[in-house]
Amino acid sequence: MKITSDQSKRYQAVVNETMPKSNVLAQVLKAFLVGGIICCIGEGINKIGVLLLDMDEKTISGFVSVVMIFLGALLTGIGVYDKIGNFAGAGSIVPITGFANSIVAPAMEHKVEGFVLGVGAQLFSLAGPVLVYGTIASIVVGVIAFFVR
Amino acid sequence: MLMDFVFAFIIGGVICTIGQLILSYTRITSARLLVLFVVLGVALTALGLYEPIVQLGGAGATVPLTGFGYALANGAIEAVEEDGIMGALTGGIKNTAAGIGAAILFGYLAAIIFKPHTK
Amino acid sequence: MGHRKIGKQTITFTNSPRVVAAGTVVGHFEEQGALSGHFDKVITDDKWGEKSFELCERKMYENAVCIAIEKAGKTTQDVDVLLGGDLLNQIISAGYAARSLELPFLGLYGACSTIIEASLVGSILVDSECANSVACAASSHFSTAERQFRMPLELGTQPTPTAQRTVTGAGCLLISKDSDNTSKATQPECFENVYITQATIGRVVDLGITDGNNMGAAMAPAAADTLLMHLEDTGHSVNDYDLIVTGDLGTFGSKMFYMLCEEKGVSVADLHLDCGTTIYLPSQKVVCGASGCGCASVVLGSYLLKRIEAGDIKKIFMMATGALMSPVAGLQGETIPGIAHGIVLERRA
Repeated sequence: MKITSDQSKRYQAVVNETMPKSNVLAQVLKAFLVGGIICCIGEGINKIGVLLLDMDEKTISGFVSVVMIFLGALLTGIGVYDKIGNFAGAGSIVPITGFANSIVAPAMEHKVEGFVLGVGAQLFSLAGPVLVYGTIASIVVGVIAFFVR
Repeated sequence: MLMDFVFAFIIGGVICTIGQLILSYTRITSARLLVLFVVLGVALTALGLYEPIVQLGGAGATVPLTGFGYALANGAIEAVEEDGIMGALTGGIKNTAAGIGAAILFGYLAAIIFKPHTK
Repeated sequence: MGHRKIGKQTITFTNSPRVVAAGTVVGHFEEQGALSGHFDKVITDDKWGEKSFELCERKMYENAVCIAIEKAGKTTQDVDVLLGGDLLNQIISAGYAARSLELPFLGLYGACSTIIEASLVGSILVDSECANSVACAASSHFSTAERQFRMPLELGTQPTPTAQRTVTGAGCLLISKDSDNTSKATQPECFENVYITQATIGRVVDLGITDGNNMGAAMAPAAADTLLMHLEDTGHSVNDYDLIVTGDLGTFGSKMFYMLCEEKGVSVADLHLDCGTTIYLPSQKVVCGASGCGCASVVLGSYLLKRIEAGDIKKIFMMATGALMSPVAGLQGETIPGIAHGIVLERRA
């Protein structure tokens, strides 16, 4: 049906004004806390690599990523990461464990559609754009670096 | 040693807080937030602004996805210095290959082994 | 025959289609809610022994239809048409259920308004003597709907303050002609006195809401439009009804519904019941309430019809509200259109 844009603008204004709002302060504190803790775990893995496994600086950053991704994938698999995310919001989305979560979550759900177009294709349905835009941005930076060095 | 953890906590917490503010105040979804943060990480690194944060925060700066962008950008810049223009294509992926490889392997295994559940 | 169409969008049934039985199947989360004990069947786990959530939903659909037919003491042979749908692409729950039930099938999609859309079309078939008995059913499953419309289950995200939880449930209404001989004497769980007397076909109304997590606000204008049109067509006032029911507006959507009705001078808050805010308990923390095809279907089938049969409420205007959106349309920048269909359910001794 035809709705005059005046009416819909007025309605949207009322909706935006009266709709329940989230408690941003609480959300931010939770995100800070959980994000901080996850990064401390990363720092701990870093220390283990340096002090116990005698790794050099180049290897260590890869090592931290690998372990964190393993933890994120495992916690997603056993159904814990979505609960952390429900509490922490961006606190568990932004760390690389959240990247692992976004890889495992769609893939495990699409397993019933087979291993190629189910799991295989869905592994990167959410994380794919991160790789695409991250890689393109790094290529752009590389090209710029080539010309300005 | 203890201070490393304190700074990792604070820097990591602050980066996640910025992410939360974006989620709370805009209609940006989590998938878009991840893209935004990785590109932001690449850009800040290219401008030389992310290196000091990494020096200060350690894992607090490298574990968030901006740190993934940092690794991509650093890889590209270093590879260009060594291999010329081809380095722009190879550097980023080379420098993050361990993480991407792990993501594919562990992601695949977790997806095969476990089942999703209704909340 | 007489004129059945009144006003612009309303039909008055002259042969009194009768709701003879209903069947409901729900998930365990719903069974833990406010209507615990009212449902006919509760599924054992979120897949009910099936390989996928989709197969589980299909099984729930089939079961709801079978329960309704059984309660009326009939067999599938006695049912002329199965009408209905669900929320999945190509309404596969309903389609595959119809395959195994071996019933003539008219698939319908009205998002969460499907159960009333089906009852409305079914009543027309019965009223016009094109069918003796029709089964009208709709279903939804939390886990299939999340995947269809939102994010993977195990993705760690927070619900927004206007989010609603999709009901895991299937409901079926068996509607027969008035002369149907189903009676309590032989079928204790059937309904003897519940009639569908009028129906109002809703328009698609869109006031420009784009947030897929704010479905209540997107659908409230459609509910208000259908109610106001029904009152205009019939000359009734809301006070002629014991209850004005909506399907799944949720707490916030209901608030918007009151406001939109109030603007036209209709005060509905005191008579209103929303299935979405009825099915769960506050302790279940579902933010704004429930949604999904299953929501209106199981609340109507397991709770409201029983109250009408018992005579504790005598006449209700039952609307189910649907958001006719899709993830594709959403990504292409489209807004969320709403629709609401209404039927008048009346007790006649």
